[in-house]
Amino acid sequence: MENILERAKKVAEEAEVFLASISETPVGFEANRLKMLETRESTSVSLRIIKEGKIGFSTTTKLNDPDALVRMAVETAQFGVPARFILPSAQLYPQIEVYDPGVEAIPIENMVEMGDSLITKIRGHTPEILCHAGVSKSVGMVNIVNSRGGEASYRKSFFTIGIEGTLIRDTDMLFVGEIDSSCRPIRDVDALADTVIEQLELAKHTASVSTGRLPVILTPRGVRSAFFTPLALAFNGRVVVQGASPLVGRQGRQLFDERLSLWDDATIGYRPASRPCDDEGVPSQRTALIEGGVVANFLYDLQTAALAASRSTGSGNRARGGMPTPSVSALVIEEGDTPFEEMIRNMREGLVIDMLIGAEQGNVLGGEFSGNVLLGYKVERGEIVGRVKDTMVSGNIYHALKELVAIGREAKWVGGVLKAPALYCPSLAVASRG
Amino acid sequence: MLATEEIRQQIGRALKGQLADYVEIRIEEREASRIQYLGRELEDIGRSTSLGGNVRALVKGGWGFVSFNELGELRGKVELAVKQAHLVGKEASKFAPVAPVVDVVEPQMREDPTTVPLARKKSLLDEYNEIIWSTPKIQTSVITYGDSGKRVIFANSEGSYIEQTKIDLSTRIVVIARDDGDVQQVVLSEGSSGDFGFMEGLHEEVRQAARRAVALLSAPQVRGGEYTVVLDPVLAGVFAHEAFGHLSESDFVYENERLKDIMVLGRKFGGEHLNIVDGASIPGLRGSYKYDDEGVPATKTYLIREGMLVGRLHSRETAAKMGEKPTGNARALDYRHPPIVRMSNTLIEPGKVSFEEMIGEIKEGVYVKNWYGGMTSMEMFTFSAGEAYLIRGGRVAELLRPVVLTGNVFTTLENIDAIGNDLEMNQGGGCGKGAQSPLPVANGSPHIRIRRCLLGGR
Repeated sequence: MENILERAKKVAEEAEVFLASISETPVGFEANRLKMLETRESTSVSLRIIKEGKIGFSTTTKLNDPDALVRMAVETAQFGVPARFILPSAQLYPQIEVYDPGVEAIPIENMVEMGDSLITKIRGHTPEILCHAGVSKSVGMVNIVNSRGGEASYRKSFFTIGIEGTLIRDTDMLFVGEIDSSCRPIRDVDALADTVIEQLELAKHTASVSTGRLPVILTPRGVRSAFFTPLALAFNGRVVVQGASPLVGRQGRQLFDERLSLWDDATIGYRPASRPCDDEGVPSQRTALIEGGVVANFLYDLQTAALAASRSTGSGNRARGGMPTPSVSALVIEEGDTPFEEMIRNMREGLVIDMLIGAEQGNVLGGEFSGNVLLGYKVERGEIVGRVKDTMVSGNIYHALKELVAIGREAKWVGGVLKAPALYCPSLAVASRG
Repeated sequence: MLATEEIRQQIGRALKGQLADYVEIRIEEREASRIQYLGRELEDIGRSTSLGGNVRALVKGGWGFVSFNELGELRGKVELAVKQAHLVGKEASKFAPVAPVVDVVEPQMREDPTTVPLARKKSLLDEYNEIIWSTPKIQTSVITYGDSGKRVIFANSEGSYIEQTKIDLSTRIVVIARDDGDVQQVVLSEGSSGDFGFMEGLHEEVRQAARRAVALLSAPQVRGGEYTVVLDPVLAGVFAHEAFGHLSESDFVYENERLKDIMVLGRKFGGEHLNIVDGASIPGLRGSYKYDDEGVPATKTYLIREGMLVGRLHSRETAAKMGEKPTGNARALDYRHPPIVRMSNTLIEPGKVSFEEMIGEIKEGVYVKNWYGGMTSMEMFTFSAGEAYLIRGGRVAELLRPVVLTGNVFTTLENIDAIGNDLEMNQGGGCGKGAQSPLPVANGSPHIRIRRCLLGGR
């Protein structure tokens, strides 16, 4: 790395080298049985330079050819965008725990047992279900050095376990599933199994729903499938500096329910999205996005922060070693005070949405979502009466989150990127074959 | 590029005498460039190279897979994959026989994008951006262009040794219009398997896209519910891919007894006018290739013929387990992934109905064009139209906001009551499955009409 930096400094005013490596061991189950063991090793190195004020960029997995890397960066810099930022110099980073040696130490045999016992438990409830499951451990390293003396490096461990079950009756297909991830080993598979079994119980009967507007409760998974992408885009500094976010010029305004608070947080210990610094070496932080319904801040990397005359929020991310661009780390929606059961009890007629598919293909930039209900239930007079099918739920987050009936008391992690309580929307458009 | 002869010998030594039913090695070298504009400004221009490989081993029905960037110690990597497969395998391996192939495949190119200077690519994108920005009320635009050339070496323990070079390029142009808090966007996606030339004639399309984005700001949203819809060739191609193509991928079916009952060959899915095909051997498209990532020669497979299920897409394993022939549809996104069953070029074959006839018979309906994306859960699918118009009294009427369509595969294919005579292929798509996305594919169809299609809306 130092070698690449030295060479780059000879031809450019500023330079930054980013090195990432990861070693993954996934265990895969197909059709209820162990199917594949894998070992994946990868390393990539990226170079960003500022030459004559303009940014050049290159990346490679070939670690033994630093000259080619520098040459490619120089070639692109002649067309590059003017750099508006200064690379961060040496500094102290917050102590954020993201490595647990216990992850690496878990024997493959135990991972196989976990997958087996998860499947066995679920099949104990529904013998004819077909499960695909995955248990995976990985350890990654990130190293950043730059020409301003900035230096960052950390190690991260990651463990994940997930299951998807399919139940087919005639041409009716039911999909259930759950996933959990952490920087520490996950040993308890029972919680996952219980969630899936509960889904199977609730979906035992089907119910019909007619086209119109209905109150809808979104579970944390439902919140993920309908609201996550439009929210992540709207607060993205890159979208904001373009003027393409509906939130531009609305900072400080009350656009959402006054009980709604949302922040982005890369500092929570042992969470998969956490880390001491972002991919540009800017310290991680917790950034309020919505405070009591009021639009608070946006997420920036170095370049977009400079364009917005703001400061980087430590949100510079590189997808597979690419150019940094702002993105969310982990969105957290603050809990409310209503137990889930009470939300349902208070609903005369409506839906509970656990999973939508395809909700993120419409005009997400404008806040819209419209998806088919993959897993969702009908509520009548305060009780879940069955699963709904052939039904679409549509809306716009700026209407849907403006006034909520209630916010759930318990927030839950969905994958590594969102922690959310259930949200009760007073009225969404429902279209169904009935 | 790679010193082929040396690699070939290394591979030969690594594969020798392994205690496995089957072993394969893939080595991949790739060069790519990318340009992205954010509004008027170039945001990102970069180049990348990568070199990596993998080993996959089959022992008693169990698989081991090892991927890496460092090519040294190849034999050790093969041994690790074989050891893993031994830990998994508990029954007899089933793997359809395929004759070993030794071949070198060079791409068929009109104008190789990887040799076009960055300056020319940039000036072309500048022209498109100028068109967008000369349209009033445009808030911003995002233009992405990427091309890549990769050489893949495939060898297996049965004596196959194949080198294939593939070129792929794609562009995505997003035009964004804004009026206070209301944001509307129009997306253009195009791609090619090796001709930079297609990038040069997009001026009129870009102009239309920019005008439409502005028009959407004052367009109404459709009311959700069931409609008679007419799909343009682009969207109908996405429909063929989402609604039926994924269900034809045998890895969903081969170990699922119930799904096998549903997807039994001979089952009627649609009218006699309905023919759906997938084939990588159809030349010159983004999903075209000569051999798949298991070294199986590409084919053209009828999935539905005259409304009946007649075939499906296979890897060597799914073919053997279902007692059918491999179709050459095992594809891997790159060296970090094992091959899985994927589509290549999927299309609905043309029928006889003209567009005017199709529309003329509709009292009230919706004409949907272009695509944002699509998704399927096998039984249910959704896909979204980038452009929609009301049809009233047999005529295409006013512009609507983009709509999302959804349906159930077992009823929707039957509800296709007209198939046009105007087949077109779309090359802008990338398909995602598992963690492997986006894989270059092509989709196509003539205009089609579907009765009782469910649309999401206000």
